[in-house]
Amino acid sequence: MNTTILLFLLQDGITNGAVYALLGLALVLVFAVTRVILIPQGEFVTYGALSYAMLATGQVPGTVQLAVAMGIVAFGLDLFFARKALRARLVMRSAALNIVFPVALLVVTYKVAGPTTPMAVNIALALLIVAAIGLFLYRIAFQPIAHTSVLVLLIASVGCHLALQGLGLVFFGAEGLRGPALSNAALTVGPLRFTGQSLAVYGLTVAFIVGLWLFFGYTRMGKALRATAVNRLGARLVGIRTTLSGQIAFLLASVIGAISGILIVPITTLYYDTGFLIGLKGFIAAIIGGLVSYPLTAVAAILVGIVEAFSSFYASNFKEVIVFTLILPVLVLRSLAAPAVEEEKD
Amino acid sequence: MSALLSVADVHISYGKVEAVRGVSLEVGTNEIVTIIGANGAGKTTLLNAIMGVLPLKGRTSFAGTDMAPSDIEDRVAMGLSLVPEHRELFGTMNVEDNLELGAFRIAKAVAARSLERVYALFPRLKERRKQLAGTLSGGEQQMLAMGRALMGAPKLLMLDEPSLGLAPIIVADIFRTVGELRAAGVSVLLVEQNAQAALQIADRAYVMELGEFVLEGSARDIAANKRVAASYLGFQHEGESAV
Repeated sequence: MNTTILLFLLQDGITNGAVYALLGLALVLVFAVTRVILIPQGEFVTYGALSYAMLATGQVPGTVQLAVAMGIVAFGLDLFFARKALRARLVMRSAALNIVFPVALLVVTYKVAGPTTPMAVNIALALLIVAAIGLFLYRIAFQPIAHTSVLVLLIASVGCHLALQGLGLVFFGAEGLRGPALSNAALTVGPLRFTGQSLAVYGLTVAFIVGLWLFFGYTRMGKALRATAVNRLGARLVGIRTTLSGQIAFLLASVIGAISGILIVPITTLYYDTGFLIGLKGFIAAIIGGLVSYPLTAVAAILVGIVEAFSSFYASNFKEVIVFTLILPVLVLRSLAAPAVEEEKD
Repeated sequence: MSALLSVADVHISYGKVEAVRGVSLEVGTNEIVTIIGANGAGKTTLLNAIMGVLPLKGRTSFAGTDMAPSDIEDRVAMGLSLVPEHRELFGTMNVEDNLELGAFRIAKAVAARSLERVYALFPRLKERRKQLAGTLSGGEQQMLAMGRALMGAPKLLMLDEPSLGLAPIIVADIFRTVGELRAAGVSVLLVEQNAQAALQIADRAYVMELGEFVLEGSARDIAANKRVAASYLGFQHEGESAV
């Protein structure tokens, strides 16, 4: 192998790895705060990517209607659970979030969607749609069972993944889609050519990691999220609503998923079910990070990306096998290193 | 005159086992009230249920408002705060972050003043403010738990066994602070096995046995009661000398 190929593969691996890092960080975040292993993370990727790709061709994606439908269900749940102490302020707030927000999104999408819509508007719409879906998904599927065991939450998570993937087939069809690149600029350094797209991937990944670090380290809400992750009862005793923490975690995860999707859809063709595989690679990174460590997850994600790049060059048939086999030695090592603990009850 | 906290005919069950049976109690404004009793009498259960951590049957009201429809977070907003037996600190966060989160529901400007007050009350916490909560000693953790609760500017502070597992000199320090809280306008409901120390600072006391209140009255009367002296105060002396 010569140096040029090595550099190409490394570059490719790091670009993919950066996307996996974003997804892995979102998984760790959601698990720490809500104990949900977020299998539908991949659907956030697909929905973001394909909503953006459809908007770019001037069509209105079905995801925006899904957001409205989920919002109505979420509003109904809010009313049902608050039925004993129905206060006007509570109903207004719930209606604003669950009804007015997605309906406004639907109206705006129908108004502005067209072949000449600026790219920035399309990106913003795709992000908002997926953000709404992520928020309502937590309200509908996870908030009512937030106190149950990790296993129950995992099963619900698998259910959400299957449902959203099925809906994805309805919305986007079985054909793959590609979206327009964020930038067509390119930069050549020695033998390597950096496209504007891959630079955007690096830039946004670093921006998100720094942003999350600032959010968790320096804002009250970020600290409250960490506190919920560390000690749920302690958080409730100082008045932090675990439901609010859960909503914010899901909101962040869905936005991160959608951004990842929008970043990769100009590079590779995405199908309605591609997101799952991409999400799983983020999951591998999160597992290597023990579902707790953000830096370890980010490093592991880059490693997963590089292993994937090299294995697709040398043994492309076994690419996925090699990547997913990475998890085995990690699990063995972790189970040897960690003492056996029973699942915490709370 | 209506009491700050009023609990009437409360029953609390764990499944079929009734841990607290028909208990009524009141805490007035600017009052220190203690519940003493042996291990397993149901004191912690009662405090947790008043906070909303456990469900209860019966009537509870705080500052004249019925507490039944409100959850833990609502009760915190009403001005009720619990320092639980296990403290429930945010172990992997530093002391100052723990305190700051105690004021989660309070405006930032007010929180800054609360922080100064808590540091004045517990100078030790100020020295350790960048240290992780999980690495503090037991006494410091208790101070941090109390400090965190006070950051939310509660009207009533409920303390569950603040002396548990602490050295006598630190216990004295903690109880002195509890006494100072009254001057700051905070009422205290104190659950203690260390009956002697609790009765010294309290205005009124309830004695709990097997899920029921068997005695109530002014702290001085309770301390003078022969039965209490024999079963709690005497027991405490033996317990302490055995350590």
